[in-house]
Amino acid sequence: MKTMTKLALGAAAATILLGTANAGETLDAVRAKGHVQCGISTGVAGFAFTDDKGDWQGFDPAVCKAVAAAIFGDTNAVKYTTTTGKTRFTALSSGEVDMLARNTTWTFSRDTDLKLDFVGVNYYDGQGFMVPTALGVASATELDGASVCIQTGTTTELNLADFFRINKISYEAVPIETNDEAQTNYKAGRCDVYTTDASGLAATRSTFENPDEHMLLPEIISKEPLGPLVRHGDSEWADVVRWVLNAMITAEEFGVTSENVDKMATGTENPEINRLLGSEGDLGAMIGLDKAWAWRAIKMVGNYGEVFEEFIGSETPIGLERGINGLWTKGGILYSPPFR
Amino acid sequence: MSNALQTPVAPPRNGFSLGKIWTDKRSRGVIIQIFATAAFFAFIFWLLRNAVANFETLGKPFGFDFLWQESNYDINQHLIEYDSRSSHFRAGVVGVLNTLLVAVCGIVLSTILGFILGVLRLSPNWLVNRLSYCYIEFVRNVPVLVHILLIHGILVHALPGVKAVLKGATDDASQQFFLTNRGFYVPRPIFESGIWLVVAAIIGGIAIAMWYRRQARIKQADTGEQSPVFWMSVLAILGLPIVAYFLAGQPIQWDAPVPGRFNFKGGMALKPEFLALWLALSLYTAAFIAENVRSGIEAVSQGQTEAAHALGLPRGRTMNLVIIPQALRVIIPPLTSQYLNITKNSSLAIAIGYMDIVATIGGITLNQTGREMECMIIVLSLYLMFSLTISLLMNWYNKRIALVER
Repeated sequence: MKTMTKLALGAAAATILLGTANAGETLDAVRAKGHVQCGISTGVAGFAFTDDKGDWQGFDPAVCKAVAAAIFGDTNAVKYTTTTGKTRFTALSSGEVDMLARNTTWTFSRDTDLKLDFVGVNYYDGQGFMVPTALGVASATELDGASVCIQTGTTTELNLADFFRINKISYEAVPIETNDEAQTNYKAGRCDVYTTDASGLAATRSTFENPDEHMLLPEIISKEPLGPLVRHGDSEWADVVRWVLNAMITAEEFGVTSENVDKMATGTENPEINRLLGSEGDLGAMIGLDKAWAWRAIKMVGNYGEVFEEFIGSETPIGLERGINGLWTKGGILYSPPFR
Repeated sequence: MSNALQTPVAPPRNGFSLGKIWTDKRSRGVIIQIFATAAFFAFIFWLLRNAVANFETLGKPFGFDFLWQESNYDINQHLIEYDSRSSHFRAGVVGVLNTLLVAVCGIVLSTILGFILGVLRLSPNWLVNRLSYCYIEFVRNVPVLVHILLIHGILVHALPGVKAVLKGATDDASQQFFLTNRGFYVPRPIFESGIWLVVAAIIGGIAIAMWYRRQARIKQADTGEQSPVFWMSVLAILGLPIVAYFLAGQPIQWDAPVPGRFNFKGGMALKPEFLALWLALSLYTAAFIAENVRSGIEAVSQGQTEAAHALGLPRGRTMNLVIIPQALRVIIPPLTSQYLNITKNSSLAIAIGYMDIVATIGGITLNQTGREMECMIIVLSLYLMFSLTISLLMNWYNKRIALVER
């Protein structure tokens, strides 16, 4: 009995020691190694792609770059690890990457049971279906007996099973590892339908030779709030990533852009802008950064709206409308907590 | 025994002393072994405890309860009843069966192909022997993953699209077999109650064939007369069930695939994922088995063939009765490792989306439940179990055909 008690005490002590050592350690580790290790997808047009210099660009890497800009003042202080739908959570919880920014849906079990922390939403999405126009299908409920290409290890896989079960229709799931493979199989006619988040479908469709020969079905069968996430248990690091994202959204709300941020940083009439950009108060110190953290992120990466328009907006081949991803002041549901 | 001879122990003069335990070579050896074993297990224990403690710090207690939760995902090829309402455990069983299916089919096909190729490789015909040589060298020097992707690519891209085939099938209703890039559709047998008679006939046929074979041996040993063992066996094993089939009133119905809107409905389908994996693994491993077979046959001395010919045995009988039984002793041990390779290489199924054990428990279940450690332990132990079973069977067979020394 005595040894058991001792063992239990020892274990408890070890747990407590480890527990305290955890707090804030990611930020320190990131500072020590001089870069943010960021997990991204293997490539989705607009959302994550390599430019002609081999550097990762897109809507998701922009979050990583903004975090790097806030900490180091250098958008190149990011190293990327490409992850598939299957490897991403293991990569994050094992500490291989510091944060994930790769169209990952915020769900209850991922946030709790998988011991991850979602820090916000950078794209409100929903699962859709893409079919060749020639198939002559007008609604997803007509898809009885169809073959459906799907990326494994995603929430879409679960939604799909639910949708077909609820509607009492059958299908053949064709499991695929990456977005590229899914496209190849879809184009070769291995499956009739490709399903993933509607934004991903629009991005994929834009890369086809004849986008007009493919259409998205009207059904959106799920809520897919996509956002960056970090490991559970290091709230300080979660705060950094969360508030960098919020800074980008708030910047758009108050009209702070990468163009005018220098001028605004000298002081404006609006105290919230001043607090955001560091000319008033010292919010940066509260998350372990300096005063100019948000200024650097906005200056080097841009505000939310700029990033959206640059990579996936209506002027780009992806051609996504802002829709519900607009600011709350403009009919959308993007709403950042105040900087105070 | 020999140790005692090498180190004659002097009779203890002053009785037992602790120092002697260490200076004595034998007891020192035992002590070192005890410590090494203890250290090894302590290390393993430390590793495991560390992992479990770390997971608990992360808030993920170690346990296998998640296996009984609903899996929520679908699997396109399942040999047992399965849907998204089934448990993760059942999904794992589906994965195990899929792994076993492709492994067993692969072992059968690669053995047949490997033996044929190996014998052809030794053919005196220059063209046949070179063709076999080129095939072996080409196939075994390309990684198996490339073969899998290549064959999957060919099946999906080169076979006729399902739409065209569906249209053709609607026009001509008499067709029963369809080859499309979504699989090879064949009629599915539906067994009715009378099927037990056929099954009994098959078992009976095999028993009769075995009995006849033994009688033929005894007869040959006694009188030297040979009996048509092969043809009698064929008659018993095939003929009897066919007679039983008609006697029982044809108890097998065929459910033919019929064209639906998107795919064929009914029937059975060999999916391109299964076909690609099966063919790639078989073709690849067959090249290695062919080399094993060649080395086995070449290991039998030429004198054996000459002696057999001198006794008047024809070529075929020389091969079957003299060369192959001796060659098998050389072939079986490396063949075992090829069988193990097929089983383990089947985990490459993940590349083309064949839902084997790695894709179900080690893939989707792991991802949905976040139980990396537990899932990996399950997958690891399963592969270990498959491999050890194969080794066991092959070692048993190896012992059986080993040279009986008198």
